[in-house]
Amino acid sequence: MAYAAGVDVGSTQSKAAIVDEDGNLIATALDETGANVVQAAERVYEQALRSAKLREEEVDYIIGTGYGRYKVTFGNAQVTEISCHGRGAVKMFPDTRTVIDMGGQDTKAISVSPSGEINDFCMNDKCAAGTGRFLGAAAMALDLSLAELGPTALKSDKPVRISTTCTVFAESEVLSWLGKGKKLPDILWGVHQSIATRTIGLVRRVGLDEKITFTGGVTRNVAMVKALEDRLGIRLNVSEQAHYFGALGAALFALDHILDSRKPASSAEVA
Amino acid sequence: MGQDSQNEIVGRGARDGAELFRQWFSSLDATAEQGAQSAYVFVMGSMNEILKAFDLPVVFPEINSLQTAVRRVAHEYLNEAEDYGYSPDICGYVKADVAVQLRNGEHPMGRIPKPSLAVYTNACNTYIKWAEIWERMYKIPIFTLDVPGSREGGVHTGPGDRSFENDRSYVEAQVHELITLCEEVTGRKFDIDKLREVLGYANDVASSWQRVLQLNASRPSVFNAVTEGTIYLGVANGFRGTEQGSRYFRELVEEMEYKSANGIGTLTDEKYRLTFVGVPCYPIFRRFNEMFSDWGGTFVNSTYLWFASGGTNRGFQYDLQRPVESLAEGVLLSVRDAMDSMFHQSYMIEDMIDEMHVDGVVYHPIKSCRTVSTGLADSRRYLMEKTGVPSLFLESDMMDKRVVSEAQMKNRVDAFFEGLASRRSQQAAA
Repeated sequence: MAYAAGVDVGSTQSKAAIVDEDGNLIATALDETGANVVQAAERVYEQALRSAKLREEEVDYIIGTGYGRYKVTFGNAQVTEISCHGRGAVKMFPDTRTVIDMGGQDTKAISVSPSGEINDFCMNDKCAAGTGRFLGAAAMALDLSLAELGPTALKSDKPVRISTTCTVFAESEVLSWLGKGKKLPDILWGVHQSIATRTIGLVRRVGLDEKITFTGGVTRNVAMVKALEDRLGIRLNVSEQAHYFGALGAALFALDHILDSRKPASSAEVA
Repeated sequence: MGQDSQNEIVGRGARDGAELFRQWFSSLDATAEQGAQSAYVFVMGSMNEILKAFDLPVVFPEINSLQTAVRRVAHEYLNEAEDYGYSPDICGYVKADVAVQLRNGEHPMGRIPKPSLAVYTNACNTYIKWAEIWERMYKIPIFTLDVPGSREGGVHTGPGDRSFENDRSYVEAQVHELITLCEEVTGRKFDIDKLREVLGYANDVASSWQRVLQLNASRPSVFNAVTEGTIYLGVANGFRGTEQGSRYFRELVEEMEYKSANGIGTLTDEKYRLTFVGVPCYPIFRRFNEMFSDWGGTFVNSTYLWFASGGTNRGFQYDLQRPVESLAEGVLLSVRDAMDSMFHQSYMIEDMIDEMHVDGVVYHPIKSCRTVSTGLADSRRYLMEKTGVPSLFLESDMMDKRVVSEAQMKNRVDAFFEGLASRRSQQAAA
C-alpha cells in the first residue's frame, strides 16, 4: 500500500493529512505555526505519521501547501492552497462548485469544476478584514477565547452593526459598543455578520453557486457558519474535518503523482 | 545569416532602446543645465509632432516617475511628496514628479529641465490637475487638448461620418490654437514643412510599431509585451517624429521578422501565451515577469502598449499634403483608441484571443490609478462569460512598493498556472 501526504503551513496553524492509495484520509494533525515555520511543518507531519502508525519511508510523496509551502523542506513539490482547498472540498463533498476558505489571514472564494479543478478564485487583498484575524481581534478586545466567540454570538437578539472593515479599527469599534452598554452577544453577532457580508462579496465575484463548501480554521466557529448561511439563504457543506481540506487536497495531488508514475510510458515517450 | 549576425540582430531592440533612453535623458540634462526651453507632455496624446516642429525638447513626467520605480528609489520621491502634503491615495506618478520638481529636477537618470509649456489631453483626468501644479509652480501656460472619446464601447465613427467630422474639426481648431501658443512661447514662426518632415518620421514609427505588435502572433512569441515591449514603447513615445525613432523602429521590425522567420522566441520553452491588461508593476518589474516566465508564461500583448503609446499602435498614417488637418484626424483616432484601450478594452482583447493564440488574461488593477483600474473587474467578467478564457486579477501598484505584496501575488500567480495546467491536461485527455 502506498501513502501520500499533504502539509498545509498556514499563517496561524499548520495541518497535515495522509491518504492511502485509494484516496482515503487515514490521519490528520494540527499544530500552531509559530515563528519557526520549518519546524512547525516537521512537527505536524511527525504527528500525522504517528497517528497513521507509519514510518517516514512508507510515505511515497509529500506536497507542501499554504503560505509556508516552500518551508516544507522534506516535501517533494508545492501546490498553492487555492488548488488544494478546491481539491479537498470536492473530495469530501463531490457536489461542491464553490469553496469558501476562511483562514487566519486570508478568506478565499474558489469556483471549482466537478473534478476539483479551479475555474476562478478571489481573495481579500492586503488587508485582513473579513478573515479569522478579524475574529481574533474581536476576541482579544472582549477578553474571550476563540472557542467562546461562536456560542456567545448565537445568544444575540439585537445585533449591532459593525461599520468598519478594518481589523485594527474593529477592536476600537467593539470597545466603543461596549462603552455604549451593548451586550456582548449582540456585539459579537454584529462582528460575524460583518465578516459574512464581506465574504459573500468575494463569493459573488467568482459566481454564487448553491453548492458551497466552507473550509479552513474558521469553520469551527458555529456563529460564522450560521452568519454565512443566513446571508446566503442556503445550507453550507461543513465538516468537522474542514480545517484539514487544504492538507487533504495536497495529499490527493501527491497521490496523483504516485499513480501517474505507475502508468506505463506511452509509445511517444518511449520513442 | 551567421552566428555573429544573429547575435547582433537578436536583442538589438532592447539594447539600442536602452541606449536611446540614456541619450534622451542626457539631452534633457543638458537642456536643464542650459536653462533652455522644454515642453511637458503625456503619453496619451503627446502632440510630439507639433512640439518637435518647434524643436522643443519633450519631457514625459510619467516616464520620469516610472523610472524612479524601476530604479528602486520611488519611495524616496513618494515620501517627499507625501511629507509636502499630497495624499497617499493619489496617483504615484504625480507624487514622484512633484518630488522631482521640489528637488529642482534631480532624477536618477539626470536633471529634468523645468517646463516652458505643458500640453495634455483629457485621456486621463489626472493630467489636467497635474498640469495645474506646474502652472502654479512655474507660472507657465498649459494647454488642454480636448479629444472626444467613443460614445459607446465597440462602436466607432470614421472619416465621412457626420459626428466624426464634427469631432475632427473640433480637434483641428485646437491644434491651430496650440500652434499659436507654441509660436508665443518659443518666439518662432510655425514652419509647415518642418511639420511635414516630423509627420513623415512619425508615420514610420506608427507603421513599424503596428507591425511589431502584429509579429508577436508568431509562435513562439518574439518579444515579451510587458518587459521588452515597455522598452520599445518608451522609444515610440520619446522619439516619435524623429529620424532616430524612424530608424530604430525600422530595425526593430527587421529583428522581429528575423526572430519570427527563425522561430526564435522570447522564452526558450513557451508554454502559455498571456495578455496583460493595465499598467506594469514597476516596483518589482523583473520579478513580476519572472513569476510568469518561471511557469513558461509570456505576455504576447498588453493593453499598456496600446493606450500608453497614445493609440499609435493603430498605425495611423498622416497625409503630408494636408498636415494640420491630417494631424487632427490622427490625434482624434489614436487618442480615442487609447481611451478605448483603457475603458472598453474587452472588445479588443476578445478579438485577439484567437488571433494571438492567447491562453489566459492577466488583469493588473493598480491602487494609485483608478482611471485605468475602475471597470477592470467588469471587463474580466464580460470576457470570461463571453469567451471562457481563464483570467487572473492581481491588484498592486505601478509605483508604490508599500502596496505591492510579492508573496500574495506569487500565490495567486501560482494558482492561476495550476489552473491553466490542469485545464490543459483535461483538454489533452478529452
